[in-house]
Amino acid sequence: MIKFIKDIGFPRFMMALLLVIILITGFILGLPVGMVITDLIQRVGMYGIIVLAMVPSIQSGTGPNFAVTIGIVLGLLAATTAIDLDLVGITAFVFAILMALPLSVIVGILYGKLLNACKGAEMTIATYTGFSIVQLMCIGWIVIPFSSKVMRWPIGRGLKTTFTLDGLFEKVLDNFLYFEILGVGIPTGLLLFFGVVCFLVYSFTQSKIGTAIQLGGMNNKFAVASGVDIDRGRIIANVISTYLGALGIIVYSQSFGFIQLYTAPLMMAFPAVAAVLIGGATASRAKVSHVIIGVILFQGVLTSSMPVLNEIMPFGSIAEIARMVVQNGIILYALTKVDGGQ
Amino acid sequence: MDNEYLLEMKNITKSYYGNTVLKNVDLSIKPGEIHCLMGENGAGKSTLMNVLFGMNVIHSTGGFEGEIFFDGEKRNISSSFDAMNLGIGMVHQEFMLIPDYSITENIKLNRELTKDNFVSRLFGPRLKTVEYAKMGRDARKALDKVDMNIDEWIRVAGLPVGYMQFIEIAREIDKTGIKFLVFDEPTAVLTESEADNLLRIMRKLADSGIAILFITHRLDEVIKISDNITVLRDGELVAKKKTSETTSREIAELMIGRKIEISGKEKKEIDRTKEPILELKNFKVKMPGEEVKGIDLKLYEGEILGIGGLAGLGKLGISNGIMGLYPTAGEFILRGEHITKPITKEMLEKGIAFVSEDRKEVGLVTDASIELNTVFTAMNINGEYLKDYKFFTLRDKKRIQERSEKMIKDLDIRCTSSKQQVGSLSGGNQQKVCIARALTQNPDIILVSEPTRGIDIGAKKIVLDLLKALNRDYNMTIIMTSSELNELRSIADRIAIVTEGKIAGILKPEDSDADFGLLMAGKSLDDNGNGGDHYDKIH
Repeated sequence: MIKFIKDIGFPRFMMALLLVIILITGFILGLPVGMVITDLIQRVGMYGIIVLAMVPSIQSGTGPNFAVTIGIVLGLLAATTAIDLDLVGITAFVFAILMALPLSVIVGILYGKLLNACKGAEMTIATYTGFSIVQLMCIGWIVIPFSSKVMRWPIGRGLKTTFTLDGLFEKVLDNFLYFEILGVGIPTGLLLFFGVVCFLVYSFTQSKIGTAIQLGGMNNKFAVASGVDIDRGRIIANVISTYLGALGIIVYSQSFGFIQLYTAPLMMAFPAVAAVLIGGATASRAKVSHVIIGVILFQGVLTSSMPVLNEIMPFGSIAEIARMVVQNGIILYALTKVDGGQ
Repeated sequence: MDNEYLLEMKNITKSYYGNTVLKNVDLSIKPGEIHCLMGENGAGKSTLMNVLFGMNVIHSTGGFEGEIFFDGEKRNISSSFDAMNLGIGMVHQEFMLIPDYSITENIKLNRELTKDNFVSRLFGPRLKTVEYAKMGRDARKALDKVDMNIDEWIRVAGLPVGYMQFIEIAREIDKTGIKFLVFDEPTAVLTESEADNLLRIMRKLADSGIAILFITHRLDEVIKISDNITVLRDGELVAKKKTSETTSREIAELMIGRKIEISGKEKKEIDRTKEPILELKNFKVKMPGEEVKGIDLKLYEGEILGIGGLAGLGKLGISNGIMGLYPTAGEFILRGEHITKPITKEMLEKGIAFVSEDRKEVGLVTDASIELNTVFTAMNINGEYLKDYKFFTLRDKKRIQERSEKMIKDLDIRCTSSKQQVGSLSGGNQQKVCIARALTQNPDIILVSEPTRGIDIGAKKIVLDLLKALNRDYNMTIIMTSSELNELRSIADRIAIVTEGKIAGILKPEDSDADFGLLMAGKSLDDNGNGGDHYDKIH
């Protein structure tokens, strides 16, 4: 037993145990467990790709990508452009993910160069770069001349803070081959898409350049002595990470059914970083499996604890407060595990 | 007890975890004497000094055996404060100065002169006023003693190294009641005229009654200045000599001299009439701590060239420079191609493999598996061990495993599987993985630095035999850089000795101990008249 805990790592064991206890408590309290699990599965698919964005950046040695918000903002830009061009359904979705690619490449290269210029302080730089971009785009959402009535404020300039994707591309993935089993809804398209992206990222880590980036991240000097261009590797990794962030928010939005602009992406990096750390990654090592385990545990505990807490303490806005406490608690716990977590 | 001696260390024995590094060593020094302590790297000089200064590294590893007498009494020195209180001081090889402080402040560091003031009377002595004027006068006095007429209030930052050395000395002699001073390789970083100056000051200090223990590698300095010499070798006392009764040649022999087995070295004919495969021309490398200051060297196909010399004098810089890992100047010619700015990737592509002296930092990724460590360079440089899918490539797991398992078998790497993390292997096995990586790259020149550092005797033999076999069976050209002269002499065809960033001379393995000792100690064989039965002078 002790060996088992050691093998999977104590944080993972604790979180899994907590998740099981919450689900059992929910069942005893008579909550609709099927719905809770449906919700859980959906959120895994929603958040998964943003968490996946952590893998390339960690592997390249630049640490968890706290600046994944850059990618998120670019993804939102691509999505709003698609809507502005009056595209709907799968066309809009595909257009958005295609348009996000060149944006991510350009911005990712610039961002990678910034990181190369300040080696050793990547995590701090990333956090504040992420914050700055979000604030910058707060201006952007107002001044970019979009014309779509769905997105614009009825009077004045700029886009709304939140608008629905109903009739645009809401749930284009979720509803693809959707089915229910034992009262649990399975968003097949969403999970498939997440699976395919996971496979692509995994394949990249097994490629020549991916291997070079990984070993460069683990031991800089070794890679240099083997003729690896470390700086180039770090830039490529952060371009991929940025694009995964963009892809992530587009998938997230279609599943969520709304697009949230302005300061909404500000804190989105933290749950993603926390999830990958909970999954077993460290600031210098990460695998795709860490993402899958991490996002299930993190989102699992978060989504299932809410209804249970509501049932136990049914007064006022306790649910929202509890959500903040639980989420930030997990993030804090994960960040203490940034250098190992065994 | 004979009171004639100021310091007597008797029968000092010290072992670290069962590994004896000092065996029954005696050392005795009179007041006003300059006594030299000689020995190769690892002969036990530093350990002996650590014992004298009561350093923690000695006490935390079980203490030592033997007795120390100072000023005629048996002393128990359990910390460097005890040593300081007795009047024992040390001038360090690396300067322990604070750059942003003035000379005076550095001299008086932690011994500031203070007087009471209103606040300190209330809140205790830590808040006393520092008496700068008085400190300045003391510093002046100390600086005058070492003939330095520099303003005592100048900041240390930016001063030439030579000055810093003298400030260190001034700090020691400013301490009241200093009776015994240790100079740990003080001339290593100095220019010749600075060194001469230092020696003059040492003589002056000795004449004023201070006993001096001088640790150095430079033989001519020893002969010039010292009264007596103690030579250590492999932790044992091999000789105590009066300087007037010995020669530098004898000392050199004593330092190196051990029975060398030139075993299994089949004589191989190297064709030196052909163009050299690699030729260095006034090659300089800016590698911190191992600077190469302009060397010329020829490497012929199929030979094993040894590069020896003491630590920190540039021998390691040569290979690192050829690989383009540190900035270089000058040029080298590789198979007829002139190269002035080596780029690591290109050098690897041209078939040079490198086994770094820094196994953990440069040689391996300790978090990765044996498989990845073994094939990575070949994969990155030659594009091998990959499966090609037209638009992208993936690692060829099957071939990677096959290659690693072959290497594990051939080099006898002790591990649980080829997937084991390299960090969990022993030092010797890690070294074999480094070599496996270099071999997987299919090089025709291999640069090996300190291949036996920190590994046990059994593993050493395997590594050396392997290098020999590679050279014999595949005609691989090898440059082996090592601090272990013995090992170089057992496998190399020629051995270049590097001192002060230059080549002091090139010897054959069977040349006499004295020749090796003289070259390593920075003396040329010519000066001595009688040196060097066979050696190739380089051009």
